[in-house]
Amino acid sequence: MLDFMDTEAINMKIAVLSGKGGTGKTLVSVNLAAVAKKSTYIDCDVEEPNGHLFLKPEEILEETISVKIPMVNNELCSGCRKCVDFCKFNALASIKNKLIVFEDVCHSCGGCILVCPQKALTEKEKVIGKIQKGISGEVTVWTGILNTGEATGIPIIKKLLANNASVEQLTFIDCPPGSACIVMESIKDADYCVLVAEPTLFGVHNLNMVYELVKLFNKPFGVVLNKCLEEENPAERFCLEKNIKILGRIPFDNDLGTLNSNSEIVINKNEKYRELFSSLLDTVIEEVQHKTIANS
Amino acid sequence: MLILSGKGGTGKTTIASAFIKLSNAKAYADCDIDAPNLHLVTGWNSQVKKTDYYGLPKAEINLELCNNCGQCRQNCRFDAIKSDPDYKVDPFACEGCGVCEYVCPVGAITLKPAVAGELMLYSDEEKVFSTAQLKMGSGTSGMLVSEVKKQMRSSAGKVELAIIDGSPGIGCPVIASLSGVDMVLIVAEPSISGISDMEHIINTAAKFGTKTAVCINKYDTNIENTEKIEEYCKKQRLSYIGKIPFDSNAVKAINNGQTIVDIDCTSGSAVKEVYHKTINLLFEKDSD
Repeated sequence: MLDFMDTEAINMKIAVLSGKGGTGKTLVSVNLAAVAKKSTYIDCDVEEPNGHLFLKPEEILEETISVKIPMVNNELCSGCRKCVDFCKFNALASIKNKLIVFEDVCHSCGGCILVCPQKALTEKEKVIGKIQKGISGEVTVWTGILNTGEATGIPIIKKLLANNASVEQLTFIDCPPGSACIVMESIKDADYCVLVAEPTLFGVHNLNMVYELVKLFNKPFGVVLNKCLEEENPAERFCLEKNIKILGRIPFDNDLGTLNSNSEIVINKNEKYRELFSSLLDTVIEEVQHKTIANS
Repeated sequence: MLILSGKGGTGKTTIASAFIKLSNAKAYADCDIDAPNLHLVTGWNSQVKKTDYYGLPKAEINLELCNNCGQCRQNCRFDAIKSDPDYKVDPFACEGCGVCEYVCPVGAITLKPAVAGELMLYSDEEKVFSTAQLKMGSGTSGMLVSEVKKQMRSSAGKVELAIIDGSPGIGCPVIASLSGVDMVLIVAEPSISGISDMEHIINTAAKFGTKTAVCINKYDTNIENTEKIEEYCKKQRLSYIGKIPFDSNAVKAINNGQTIVDIDCTSGSAVKEVYHKTINLLFEKDSD
């Protein structure tokens, strides 16, 4: 059992992702972090961060995250429209010779500042969200939070991961759903990816997408089957067909569902699940070590 | 009408597919372009019309012209330019802003069009279904969402009711899907995470001033939290239009490619009730 293993000496980053939402990414990542004891948990689902609801971190330190947005000095602006023509994101418009910045669609590339011949544009900081660091038992909890109405949380994820780049500890990265740019950013630094799948046709369809994503990025990975019922499991069939390592199975269970819906860490409430997540962690660590050796 | 949830996996697509069946909707769309699923249960066999979707272009460096000055890398805000030792653009990080092309003193960089996804259109004499799949790791998802809606509108013409299945979260695809809709139906889940996410999405929708209603899915998995959501809706004066029980038949229906109103089951009859209330709300004249 892992309880007797020295997890402190283990330094690896494990990303948990799923494609489809609601398959159990947060369930898996918070419980793995809790069972590993000394570990770091990073919630990269900045649009809807939930890990902190489970781990209930204390001693929270906060840092706001901002991006750079252009600001125009209308006295210097000659109305040449060079910036408007340059901006690929249509974040600038010149209306009645007055320059208007649409902050929500600005990607902060800085191009308009470069092209302005009058130096009429400068940059200001615009807060888009924040990151929080807290402690829950022996788990260090990092949470990224995007403000509502903001389009992209990527700068927040970048900051979260940059802050943890040199942390030599078992680290779990709870990813956002999907397989778009934001997920890619989250798994970039991961040593291993855990894909969580549910036994529905939807689950398989989205599992296939993240499967393609981790293959594209050449990340070693395995699958956790969640919400397993007695009946035939299309996600399991998918894994067998593609020869994907199944790391563990979590049954569909009302007790587990209730604990989890009340934001409890199930391993602290139920011995059966402590064992399940403990052996899942064992399997994951073995896999990572195996894969790292195989790749080196 | 748009269906959203904040949190994933609360049952947006399950409910959207039931609504489409019940209303016999002439036009519908799947705006969860990052993980689309609606096509799996809407039973289209006809030929699908696929169109490549070009997002923003990506930069490319011509190494024969490049003089390794490093200007592009210094000015790129997205860390998209690597040098090992030749200068190279990371296509996944590049957002196509054109700064590198502008700063390059020797004209070695050009922006090339790049396929960022695929638009799909299913249609017959009666109805149209518009959906898309974003290419893996692509950005510009909000723009593709707008394209999906545009495609639906242009091929369906004027219809009374269009049902749009949204994506989880509160970011650009959700914001893009919100523009121009008359009503948002939020599918909430009675978990603490579900409630937290529901509040986020309600706040996001409120910024757009869109009429919002809430229903609870899998309500019996946690009665206490269900009551909390009902309480919250009352306090926020949101239209609360019913709850749907957890039903293992729903999983079976979906896995057979059916909607939950195709079979006789408890969740199916509950969703019918939610549907009728939604339609009444959608078409009622604003009283204030």
